[in-house]
Amino acid sequence: MALNEKLDLKTIREKLSGEKGRQYWRSLQEAAETDEFKEFLHREFPREASVWGEGLDRRRFLQVMGASLALAGLSACVKQPDEKIVPYVKQPEILVPGKPLYYSTAFVMSGYSTGVVATSNMGRPTKLEGNPSHPASLGATDAFTQASLLTMYDPERSKVVLHDGNYTTWDKFWQSIQTDLMVQSSLKGAGLRILTETLTSPTIGKQIQDLLQKYPAAKWYQYESVNYDAVREGSKLAFGEYAQPIYHFDKADIVLSLDSDFLTQGPGAVRHAHDFAERRRVRQNKTDMNRLYSIESSPTLAGVMADHRLTTRANEIDNIALTIAQQLGVSGAVPLRQIHDAQQQKMISAIVADLQQHRGAGVVVAGPHHSAQLHALAHAINVELGNVGTTVTFAESPEVAPVNQLESLKALALEMTSGNVDMLLILGGNPAYDAPADLKFAELLPKVKLSVHMGMYEDETSALCKWHLPESHFLESWGDARAFDGTASIIQPLIAPLYESRSICEFLDQFIGGNENKGYDIVKNFWKSQTKSGNFDILWEKSLNDGVIANTASSPKNVKLVSSGWQNTSSGVAPSGIEIIFRPDPTMWDGRFANNGWLQELAKPLTKLTWDNAALIAPSTAQKLGVQNSDVVELHFQGRMVKAPIWIQPGHPAEAITLTLGYGRTMTGKVGSGTGSNANLIRTSTAMWHAENVEIRKTGETYPLSVTQEHFSMENRNLVIAGTVKEFVEKPDFVKELEDAPSPEQTLYPIHQYDGYAWGMSIDLSSCTGCNACVIACQAENNIPVVGKEQVAFSREMQWIRIDRYFKGDLDNPEVYFEPLPCMHCENAPCELVCPVGATMHDSEGLNVMVYNRCIGTRYCSNNCPYKVRRFNFLLFSDETTETYKMMRNPDVTVRARGVMEKCTYCIQRINEARITAEEEDRPIRDGEIVTACQQACPSNAIVFGNINDKKSAVAKLKAEPHDYSLLAELNTKPRTTYLAKLNNPNGALRHGA
Amino acid sequence: METIEHTAVYEQPQPLIAEGHDYGSITDKISSDVLEKKTPKSLFMAFAVTFSLVMLLLLSVTYLFFKGVGIWGIRIPIGWGFAIVNFVWWIGIGHAGTLISAILLLLHQQWRNSINRFAEAMTLFAVACAGMFPILHLGRPWVFYWIIPMPDTMRLWPNFRSPLVWDVFAVSTYATISLIFWFVGLIPDLATMRDRAKQKWKKIVYGMLAMGWRNSAKHWHRYETAYLLLAGLATPLVVSVHSVVSFDFAVGIVPGWHTTIFPPYFVAGAIYSGFAMVLSLVIPVRKLYHLEDFVTARHLDYMAKVMLATGLIVAYGYAIETFCAFYSGNRFEHDMMINRMFGPYGPFYWMLILFNIALPQLLWLKKFRQTPWLLFVMSIIINIGMWLERFVIIVSSLARDFVPSSWAIFVPTKWDWFTYIGTIGFFLMAMILFIRILPMISIFELRTLLPMSGKSNHE
Repeated sequence: MALNEKLDLKTIREKLSGEKGRQYWRSLQEAAETDEFKEFLHREFPREASVWGEGLDRRRFLQVMGASLALAGLSACVKQPDEKIVPYVKQPEILVPGKPLYYSTAFVMSGYSTGVVATSNMGRPTKLEGNPSHPASLGATDAFTQASLLTMYDPERSKVVLHDGNYTTWDKFWQSIQTDLMVQSSLKGAGLRILTETLTSPTIGKQIQDLLQKYPAAKWYQYESVNYDAVREGSKLAFGEYAQPIYHFDKADIVLSLDSDFLTQGPGAVRHAHDFAERRRVRQNKTDMNRLYSIESSPTLAGVMADHRLTTRANEIDNIALTIAQQLGVSGAVPLRQIHDAQQQKMISAIVADLQQHRGAGVVVAGPHHSAQLHALAHAINVELGNVGTTVTFAESPEVAPVNQLESLKALALEMTSGNVDMLLILGGNPAYDAPADLKFAELLPKVKLSVHMGMYEDETSALCKWHLPESHFLESWGDARAFDGTASIIQPLIAPLYESRSICEFLDQFIGGNENKGYDIVKNFWKSQTKSGNFDILWEKSLNDGVIANTASSPKNVKLVSSGWQNTSSGVAPSGIEIIFRPDPTMWDGRFANNGWLQELAKPLTKLTWDNAALIAPSTAQKLGVQNSDVVELHFQGRMVKAPIWIQPGHPAEAITLTLGYGRTMTGKVGSGTGSNANLIRTSTAMWHAENVEIRKTGETYPLSVTQEHFSMENRNLVIAGTVKEFVEKPDFVKELEDAPSPEQTLYPIHQYDGYAWGMSIDLSSCTGCNACVIACQAENNIPVVGKEQVAFSREMQWIRIDRYFKGDLDNPEVYFEPLPCMHCENAPCELVCPVGATMHDSEGLNVMVYNRCIGTRYCSNNCPYKVRRFNFLLFSDETTETYKMMRNPDVTVRARGVMEKCTYCIQRINEARITAEEEDRPIRDGEIVTACQQACPSNAIVFGNINDKKSAVAKLKAEPHDYSLLAELNTKPRTTYLAKLNNPNGALRHGA
Repeated sequence: METIEHTAVYEQPQPLIAEGHDYGSITDKISSDVLEKKTPKSLFMAFAVTFSLVMLLLLSVTYLFFKGVGIWGIRIPIGWGFAIVNFVWWIGIGHAGTLISAILLLLHQQWRNSINRFAEAMTLFAVACAGMFPILHLGRPWVFYWIIPMPDTMRLWPNFRSPLVWDVFAVSTYATISLIFWFVGLIPDLATMRDRAKQKWKKIVYGMLAMGWRNSAKHWHRYETAYLLLAGLATPLVVSVHSVVSFDFAVGIVPGWHTTIFPPYFVAGAIYSGFAMVLSLVIPVRKLYHLEDFVTARHLDYMAKVMLATGLIVAYGYAIETFCAFYSGNRFEHDMMINRMFGPYGPFYWMLILFNIALPQLLWLKKFRQTPWLLFVMSIIINIGMWLERFVIIVSSLARDFVPSSWAIFVPTKWDWFTYIGTIGFFLMAMILFIRILPMISIFELRTLLPMSGKSNHE
């Protein structure tokens, strides 16, 4: 094949297709030997990667990894620049080889930032931690933030500019659109439309403003599939203007959640979890716990944290809220219909009484996936109770231009239909996949004459656009963004772009001016122009260093109720038929993380499902329909249909079915294609979050689902010891009685004394929300591999910390318990005794250490571990060949090979790091100096680590609490990881749960 | 002579050797099967089948080394699956040979002379099969020798607290003693073969193996002493090896493993399954080679009785295990037992009760003990039952231990089955080769059973 000929993809594909698994691997290597293939790789060919994927059995993730690595291995070699470069003879003053550096930057999701401090090892970002000075983080992160690191190194990210699917260059792109731009210039941009995701970036905001100035007839639209329209519109409805509600859960005694997952979803979730947990922690001398009531449809983490949880169909929430509002005396609140259910009535009266007793110290928070009216009503209740100004404040929206995004997209679709759009810039987002089905966006998009998509992945949208432009990852580009309270942060890159990508602000800059400015200059110049007083350079340095720009939080807004808009609630009719509920997925969100293996393999908190979503239904509904887990059903809704496997979810409202978004992606990398069911196929603009009368038809097919936990009963074992604050006050040591620990004297051997440090951990089950941040943090810190769906089905997932979830009580509304399980580091460790080669040993500080080099893989230690925290490399799970993954790894942690056992080490690399520092400074390690990865990520500070020999250390104090207990204490393993019992604060007026 | 015959009629149900044999006829019969007679066609066919199975084993092992133990169905929490089940099963099977050759020798159970050679060979091959699994099951089999105490520059020693290290000693000692015992027992017969072989190369091979045996009284004297000493050495192994194997489980804290009754109950189970395997092999071979004269119904009867006795000990073990689980008041033990009986593996438990306890009670009936095909069926049932026992102990205990969140179900993959079936193939192929090239019954010991030897009245 001549080099200038068009690459014969078909031949290569045919060569590769039809062969699976091992052969595929081999034949790819074989193919790589040929000249065509080398040429083919040389051009860095990511686009067809997903096309090949169709011929492959996607779930064989190992092989799939193998495939992508072969590609990456051959293509990721970075060429030295043409300019003269200077060898590394004199190293920069700050850089010590082997010592990481830390930079503040910010992770942006749905427009809102979470401040992070990124670890850089010799120029490679290897870990993200929360930025303690950032208001949305306070040092913690969520799972998405942690996993965004993997996206950065994803070998399947978009690498080059594509024109109609063919490789080209940025220069060609700019040349090629030149005439179109001139035309638009003459038309004042009448045919130019821009679609972005939610934007808070002041720089991009300014650029778009400039753009609209240059092309006054152009229009800017915003859309995200998981949007906060109801929050925006609710504030407008209540106060006549957009206002950002800011909740202060640390000041709230009583919280009422109206189907809101405020602890884990939305821009301020990490902060909310932090503040909420502050009021959740019970200690011997601190027993004032807040109380959370949750009225919810599809179960959420905030719901299972609640002291009282009421499940109901989503459609009923409005009416219940109206009833509560009426009883609280909100003027104009009239229930749509009488509530007859005695349990609901009782709960409502209890909530009303409690809220009234705690005027100014309660908060009512409405879920973003409900009507604007519900939000307005929640605001009205807060106003009525005097909560506004104390537990809820309002501020200017941090968004550049808050709009109703659904209406925005509808308007764009309308324009596309009528042919007004000549040139469409889609900057981020994937509307071809996630726009409401009735807008038929994917059908309209190809008709646009010049469509340009910019994104980190080639996706459903890019496939339909004329041009695809690779977008830089936030760790590769300069930018800025605001947090939920308006605080702005500068996004600093830690690494030059790995591929031919640009950031949105670089793109826009050139689009408007064409000077090809560097992102750095664009962002810096913008902020320079914003600085009116003081030395900008100092301010700039400080802002970069701190990760926040001082005094940029939105100013508080005095709001006034202007109307009683909640009366217009549309759901006046009594619910009928089965209700369909759409929710963002706890791990995939709206689908943007589809190619992220860490998140794909992360067990969803409540279902423990990995790699797929499923149609969640209540046990009673499943019984009624005669369906079982994994049975595939057809969901028919308004003439559209999607197939999804059933998953029975205890605690799900009856007569309703939940399908999460973000799955069923068709155009993504090998990791994400073919996972789950696409809820967007039946999601319409009239039913964005829930709707009545979905029809469920059985198909008789089944679809295998992989879960990490199959058994959800505690089998009457005291694994999670739970009680109430009242019990704790009356009898602080009630936990000890349930614990059943043998006395320390019950041994024939002398008790070993640990001199010096004795590491230990305490996990507070009362504040753990089960959010999974720790799991991904651990995965990133400790180079833990992804094993794939099939291996998860074989119970071979590798995560070192897992979150056990148990149900207790009533099947329809059970109590849910989360219990994070890292290694217990038992003092009498059963694993150590049985290892024939001494590959797992006890160290002088009480750590149960794993010597990978010595392990021969008998798995006896795992058999003998009562907590089953050990993980075994049954196959070669670590990806040892993908170049980009090599860059990502923590250099302080061994990458484990096939056939060895591994487990949580208490982040021994961090312990040693602190030890070295302390020894250099000739002092003992300070309390709090060592923070394990899980502890650092935890938004609710449920995990505390330290030296238990130091009685003044935080962990020792927690272990001295009367409600500290050891898991399976009766085995006398003496675990170093202990738990603080799960305490709740139920309302005495509601005796039997609710 | 007549009086003796009369007593024989009334006191002995059947003679140990059929009427009408003398030294010559015994030697003729056994040695000609190897040296002169044509190999039966069915043996060739059996060899072809078992050889294919050995190839399957090699394929499975190659793939295993290539990919890792993940090709099997093991997972967390079931870290041990077929490999360890098969290991214990094969080791157990070996025990019958040692018991027959050593303990029965010391106890002057003359009837053993008809079957000891056969049983010892079986032991050897069973141990070989057993010995494969602990290595194959390692995550990193290429460093299996780290488990052996040996000097190295790092001064690393194995962890002597781990029962797996004890296993290494127990199994390697067992294999060594079994091999030596078997070979020493073969020497006089190898000399016979040397003397009777027609072709020169056979004379040379048998001659070398016979190590210069000349049948002198001095040889016999030393030989008898050595053999007795070896029997004395092997005797404790009958008890110790499977006790040590049972420690792999008893030392662990897994409910269903952590119990003191395991050593005796494992030993009894081993002998039980071992005798079953001897019968499974002897009955067809006896038929094929027309050895009814030497392996009589009385032999079968005795072996059936040993099975019945050991089977009852095993039943007692099950009963005590169950009793202790409930009597101890230990929640985990209690749950384990309920799970074992009614959990996901419940059917296997009841199947094993049926196969190991219920059906073998038919052996109380003489008809079942002395009808070869009935006994053959029974022996197969017991072999399966004893395999199930190990499966239930290992897998069902691991599948549901302390923390329910980690509970899982073990499902074997095809590679689990291939490896297991492959070792059965290896075992049978080795047995076929053995009966083809070596005297499968000890000629000289069998001759002592003849009335004319003067030894047969010892009973």
